[in-house]
Amino acid sequence: MESESIYDRPPGMRQRFSRALENPTVLGLLFVAPAELLLLVFLAYPFVLGIWLGFTDTIVGRQGHYIGWQNYIDLVNDTQFWLTAFNTFFYTVIAVILKAVLGIGLAVVLNRDFKAKGLVRAIVLLPWIIPTALSALCFWWLYDATFSGISWALVRLGIIDHYINFLGDPWNARWSLIAANVWRGVPFFTIGLLAGLQTISPDLYEAADIDGAGSWKKFRRITLPLLTPLLTVVTVFSTIWTFADFQLVWIITKGGPAGATHIFGTLSYERAMQGGHFGMGAAISNFMLPVLVICVLIAFMFLKKED
Amino acid sequence: MAIERSGSKLFKFYLPLVMYLVFLLFPFYWMVNTVFKSDKELYDMSLNPFYIHHPTVHNIVRLFTETIFLRWMANTFFVAILATLISLAASLLAAYAIQRLRFKTSGPTGVAIFLAYLIPQTILFIPLASIIFKLKLWDSLWALVLTYPTFLVPFCTWLLMGYFKSIPKEMEECAMIDGASRIRIFWKIILPLCLPGVLSAGIFCFTLSWNEYLYALAFISSSAKKTVPIGLVTELVRGDIYHWGSLMAGALCASVPVALVYSFFVEQYVAGMTGALKE
Repeated sequence: MESESIYDRPPGMRQRFSRALENPTVLGLLFVAPAELLLLVFLAYPFVLGIWLGFTDTIVGRQGHYIGWQNYIDLVNDTQFWLTAFNTFFYTVIAVILKAVLGIGLAVVLNRDFKAKGLVRAIVLLPWIIPTALSALCFWWLYDATFSGISWALVRLGIIDHYINFLGDPWNARWSLIAANVWRGVPFFTIGLLAGLQTISPDLYEAADIDGAGSWKKFRRITLPLLTPLLTVVTVFSTIWTFADFQLVWIITKGGPAGATHIFGTLSYERAMQGGHFGMGAAISNFMLPVLVICVLIAFMFLKKED
Repeated sequence: MAIERSGSKLFKFYLPLVMYLVFLLFPFYWMVNTVFKSDKELYDMSLNPFYIHHPTVHNIVRLFTETIFLRWMANTFFVAILATLISLAASLLAAYAIQRLRFKTSGPTGVAIFLAYLIPQTILFIPLASIIFKLKLWDSLWALVLTYPTFLVPFCTWLLMGYFKSIPKEMEECAMIDGASRIRIFWKIILPLCLPGVLSAGIFCFTLSWNEYLYALAFISSSAKKTVPIGLVTELVRGDIYHWGSLMAGALCASVPVALVYSFFVEQYVAGMTGALKE
């Protein structure tokens, strides 16, 4: 066998090499190297570079100089920035709450045996699977001021008397974006939580039935507490993604009307890629970091607890 | 009694289920409904917009003949497949090393890779753009092939670590006693056993690359090199002229590859999603 020959002959280069590969540390570091190299060059380095760029006046195609906190001072005095900060938090908080509530609701509805369960589950995941840019296009068209089917139906039903200006009015536009985000995010909550629901023993509900507990009480006292760890993880992920969203807002409103629906992601894109102000754009992105760190810490605490 | 029970099932199950399905499917209905209408019908306010009076494939024909839609599809395939292969290879090795070899820094490496997954693209795209520019990869599909693995590798590694955990250690130990080298064990024993995991990770990589928007928007400028989502939004909307019919046709056609992959592997997809959350 191969291993015998290693000991029979004096070790040559090849043998020494293959023996080194039997050492878990050598092989381990070798195996991890491609992934680490990739993440180092295209993730860790840009992450640090981004923080640095926020302190420079870099403009596209020109090396920037260190300007201290100037970008941040400019931003604090910029009304567009404060509106953007408000929009980002409003968008995140409302959308995540709605996604969680609707997602749990659908998970509870689906958590029983019925015909075509597999098919229904596949349909439920569709909004999550279909490229967001493409469904965003669809929402953009659905929110058209003149040809929206929603307006048409509501007018015919006699609920409203004129067509809704979905994207022309700041508050309408904000709620329209939240609706699109909720539509896309509900499946993630539902499918994620459904797996957790299925692990809850039916005995618990039977015992509660005997004690005469109603549906709401069973949900409140059994389902929710047992689901909390998984719900936290799902919510943290969803919060990060919603907070750092870009494409839904960029495609549907481009931050408009007149900058009223910008969130951090779209404003930094506009300033950096369209305006060429890389330093300013990076500074805006960096405002996302504190929230991100808090989310990561929460995720970690829960994962640690699970272990 | 029987009537009461079926009534409660109606309100607790069928009614909410139907309402949810209508909510989740309505945008798709609207998309398909637009694709097969002529412009004349689309902009005729006197007609019921929920119904197609004179179906036509004109919008799809226009999409394929008047735009380079197929070119965008080919670009997207190229990027998605290469990024998937690179990510799968890197994550398989990394996940095996972290989960099974247990070398000195395997713990911190695992944590670092999990953290990498949580960094959103919106924070990275500006510095990445300047790096891509310096590497002379600007406006090249290779910029996407190299940057997509940054969000694919962490996720896949995380997912595959779970699979490696489920393979009994004894199998490796037996093979080792028989004198098999570690590389051989990885190749001949571990890899075949975690094929379902690899498949699941591959599906995620493919769909995530296909769906990516921000990097493709930021790093690509010439229309012949655009990916589908970027091409549709930037080339079919010129000034104030929206070709809604063709736009929706594009959205529909570009969703087909993802929907196909998904419909074949829905079980693996769900397993991967819930597995990654539970790990």
